[in-house]
Amino acid sequence: MKEIRIHGRGGQGSVTAAELLAIAAFEDGRHSQAFPAFGVERRGAPVMAFVRLSDQTIRLRSQVYNPDYVIVQDATLIEAVDVASGLKPDGMILVNTEHSSEDLALETEATVRTIDATRIALDIIGKPIMNTVMLGAFAGASGEVKAESIKHAVCDRFPGPVGDKNADAVQHAYDRMVKS
Amino acid sequence: MRKGMPKGCHHNGAGGEMTGKLKSGRMVVEGSYAAAHAAAMCRPDVISAYPITPQTHIVEDLSQFVADGAIDSKYINVESEFSALSALVGSSAAGARTYSATTSQGLALMHEVLFNAAGMRLPIVMTIVNRSMSAPINIWNDHQDSVAERDAGWIQLYTEDAQELVDTTVQAYLIGEDPDVSLPVMVCMDGFILSHVFEPVELLDQEKVDEFLPQFSPVRALDPENPESFGMFVDPEYYMDFRYLVEQAMDASRQKIADAARKFESAFGRYYGGLIDTYHTDGAEIILVAMGSLVGTLRDVVDDLREKGVSVGLLKIRAFRPFPIDEILKVVARAKVVVVLDKNISLGTGEGAVTTEIKAGLYDSGSDIRVPVMGFVVGLGGRDIPVGTVQRIVEKAKTVAESGVSGRSEFVDLKHLRV
Amino acid sequence: MTLPYAPIGKPGSSVANKTGGWRIFIPVFNAELCNGCGTCETFCPEGIVHKIEGGDTFIADYDYCKGCGICARECPKDAITMELEEK
Repeated sequence: MKEIRIHGRGGQGSVTAAELLAIAAFEDGRHSQAFPAFGVERRGAPVMAFVRLSDQTIRLRSQVYNPDYVIVQDATLIEAVDVASGLKPDGMILVNTEHSSEDLALETEATVRTIDATRIALDIIGKPIMNTVMLGAFAGASGEVKAESIKHAVCDRFPGPVGDKNADAVQHAYDRMVKS
Repeated sequence: MRKGMPKGCHHNGAGGEMTGKLKSGRMVVEGSYAAAHAAAMCRPDVISAYPITPQTHIVEDLSQFVADGAIDSKYINVESEFSALSALVGSSAAGARTYSATTSQGLALMHEVLFNAAGMRLPIVMTIVNRSMSAPINIWNDHQDSVAERDAGWIQLYTEDAQELVDTTVQAYLIGEDPDVSLPVMVCMDGFILSHVFEPVELLDQEKVDEFLPQFSPVRALDPENPESFGMFVDPEYYMDFRYLVEQAMDASRQKIADAARKFESAFGRYYGGLIDTYHTDGAEIILVAMGSLVGTLRDVVDDLREKGVSVGLLKIRAFRPFPIDEILKVVARAKVVVVLDKNISLGTGEGAVTTEIKAGLYDSGSDIRVPVMGFVVGLGGRDIPVGTVQRIVEKAKTVAESGVSGRSEFVDLKHLRV
Repeated sequence: MTLPYAPIGKPGSSVANKTGGWRIFIPVFNAELCNGCGTCETFCPEGIVHKIEGGDTFIADYDYCKGCGICARECPKDAITMELEEK
């Protein structure tokens, strides 16, 4: 079983990202569980969402303490929150930033990957809503879920041109991570 | 037309032909959506609910179904939970199949109506999205809200995942509406943990539910053609006998709960237990006992510990009311220690209700089973219960299993106090 | 932390929480276009738009401004523009 923790701010769609990831994994034929860190949410406040992926039924209901993957949707969170807390040493943390992984100076033994998801979102979707972009990047960087499944989940959730643009952005981010 | 309803009465909240149809099949949905969908599939005539975190998504989804014309229910908007359940008491007495959902302070606000509903033998079904009681104000999960209402005469069923919540909602109507029972039913799901989780659930097919669940045929219903008073004033001459009838109905419900689960298994292929469910309890020295979503975590812990050679099993309490003491005694008869994880506490006793009720059942003159019972108060106000906490509890249980002597119940994972 | 005997706490803690770091877009106030009507101040949901010290035009308190854009949307003179903030 793999555990993922997503860090974002209220309004950045972290919970939606977790949900879409669970749906995409289900389409891949896996079991999934996604839940927010049950907080009182408001725009801009740090939020966390969790995802569990497994080939077996997931029965565990506790919070995620030692994620295999961490996704950080907003790099400014790094100052405020210990985003790498509990991250497995052989895990991976993916950060939305224009900076390089070295510049982030994250204290972790895990692999640090970066992508300028906000830029991609602005260029392809036209808005700085980068949660779907991050999912595409996650798929490419981790191989845990197929890009097609993420695109499918996104288009189901956001039908029409909005979904299509998001799907393009997902593919773009996926390709970027796979190549680098 | 339900017996007793005036001619020409419309109970279609949408007021027109159905425009949307609810989807069915296996898909990833939010627990709340699954709850609303399950309720909708049971074709309630009347829904009345008041929003309260973390139940809100259920009522939002249901009102959306009604607004979309996807379901044929009358949705009564009210200003409080007290009114919500009161509206259902009136509707149910008139012969309508009814549904509500609430939580914590909302359930508490319904308190006197709960007793009325049960005393009037009305088979209302209500989803309880379990949440702690204030003060302090806390919106997260524990079982205090429904456990605090255990005397009211409602059947209480606790579910371990979103799928069970769906399945049990349908069974709840079958059980409650059985003329030998005719009692209201609470179907409990852990707040946030199950209400706000996204996981694969099979959303039931309307046709299959219609086959499984017959139309509501009340024993008696308000009828303007033949006026009767429901919930009459009764003096000491009669009151106690009526209470005995409720207890009798509770007793009758034991078999009905077990039967409904098996009937559901035949129709839909899934079984989550009857009054209880067991996991590796045969020959187990240590038996863990719990209700709700914690059961899921405990299944994982039991597998893990058994691999390491620990003789441990799990007893899931699915029906808390009626309390399945006979089933419990059968399971624990040869165990060395019973370890109860209570997500509730009866303040002043130092322990949770499940612990107390198991101890009481063991002490019953009819039973000569004497196994020590350890009570642990866990997870109040949403305090997480990680695998490590359960493992530490099992370590303590091992000591008691050897000595045969248990101590007082205790609080687990306190953080800010030196105890 | 030592717990008090009951859940009793001090009010007014939000001032300590400088929410300016949450922004993606920042409102830029053009004093030349501003007519001093105060609509922005009225509409700000956080109450952090105020008159410039010693002047008649308005500005946000950037320690707290979350960049919601309501002031820019409501300004009758289009004197406020939302720009992507360089971080």
